[in-house]
Amino acid sequence: MIQTDILIIGAGPTGLFAVFEAGLLKLKCHLIDALPQPGGQCAEIYPKKPIYDIPAFPEVLAGDLVDNLMKQIEPFQPGFTLGERADTIEKLEDGSFVVTTNKGTKHNAPIVAIAGGLGSFEPRKPQLENLSYYEDNGLAYMIKDPEVYRDKKVVIAGGGDSALDWSIFLADVASEVTLVHRRNEFRGALDSVEKVQELKNEGKIKLITPAEIVALEGANKLDAVQVKRGEEVTRLEVDAFIALFGLAPKLGPIADWGLEIEKNAIKVDNSLDYQTNIPGIYAIGDVNTYPGKLKLILCGFHEATLMCQSAYQRIFPDKRYVMKYTTVGGVTGFDGSKKEAPKAVVKAIE
Amino acid sequence: MEQDIKIYITDREGVTHDIDAPTDMNMNLMEVVRSYELAPEGTIGICGGMAMCASCQCYIESEHELPEMSDDEEAMLAEAFNVKDTSRLGCQLHISRKMDGLKVTLAPEE
Repeated sequence: MIQTDILIIGAGPTGLFAVFEAGLLKLKCHLIDALPQPGGQCAEIYPKKPIYDIPAFPEVLAGDLVDNLMKQIEPFQPGFTLGERADTIEKLEDGSFVVTTNKGTKHNAPIVAIAGGLGSFEPRKPQLENLSYYEDNGLAYMIKDPEVYRDKKVVIAGGGDSALDWSIFLADVASEVTLVHRRNEFRGALDSVEKVQELKNEGKIKLITPAEIVALEGANKLDAVQVKRGEEVTRLEVDAFIALFGLAPKLGPIADWGLEIEKNAIKVDNSLDYQTNIPGIYAIGDVNTYPGKLKLILCGFHEATLMCQSAYQRIFPDKRYVMKYTTVGGVTGFDGSKKEAPKAVVKAIE
Repeated sequence: MEQDIKIYITDREGVTHDIDAPTDMNMNLMEVVRSYELAPEGTIGICGGMAMCASCQCYIESEHELPEMSDDEEAMLAEAFNVKDTSRLGCQLHISRKMDGLKVTLAPEE
């Protein structure tokens, strides 16, 4: 079981900055995120877009903001459980919590800080009949192991980067790759679009546009899909259908943790420390709500800072502490590193 | 107020609201819907207005001339569900005088 002081659910900007503030108080953090990389929405949805309201940054790309945060928290050696969704929470007799992910990874901490943003990102599913029947039975929404598709007939649906990238990759693995998209145009990196064009010309990828999959067939497993192009519906025999329609955030299992929820967000005490109705569980950043709440990264940073002070007092109720400026106290990393302001030189001028 | 226009918004429950929308606050249709709480928070404007989700999809029910779709909006609608010929993303419709009397219906939640 992974042990830490503050277990942070969500590795977006707010969760990452909490690691820094906790580190100043010598508290260790571990982060869980459903996405395979840290950064949350900033890394997943808009890494190349600028943000203009981070104090002292007239303009910063969302991806660069995440890179900077990762660099800032490096001395505090946070642990990460990535690509896993926090599913259940249990309170132990000693008052600490055990959070288990959908893959069974267990984490134990006296403090849980939910920095889950809009929730965990789940694949968007097409609206087709019998969808759940074929899930993991020929139908997939993400590719975990491409080898599963070796020498198989695969149909991919979608018009973004992941549909293009996987079509390119699987062209050398699968026996047949068909890419179906509702438009003739694809929204992806230019070289991916060009590569798909090239593979189409070579006959390695079959392209059906503008078209969509309208039905799934098969008795025990997926055998065929129906593709509608204009008014014409054709049947395509396939071994696998991979629907890549992007990701959408869902509050998910956290909604069942007994926390007070309002407007799809977790209610917290903003007059004090952003604690939820369950003592020891905090909610910071876009995932929380209180009167006057604004979903801004800069507000998340503030909330993370106050949460850490409160968490420290919860863990060490008898210890006296006053906040120290980093310019005065420097930053002492758990890795032995030490950053501090240069000392003034005192020397007489003769 | 003088700078306000009328917009008729039918919510996801089928109720039509007669809304005063300001033209001087740099708002888009998605933000107007949120400011009047015509759809629950967290179900609309999820990406914040970047045409990167379709949670603010709506159907245009009147003959108003609206700004042309950007490539981003067109691409997003190509991947969205419940799309009709009249579909637009509310976040891409900047409130202007030309929209006075506009009638829209919010698309169902995905």
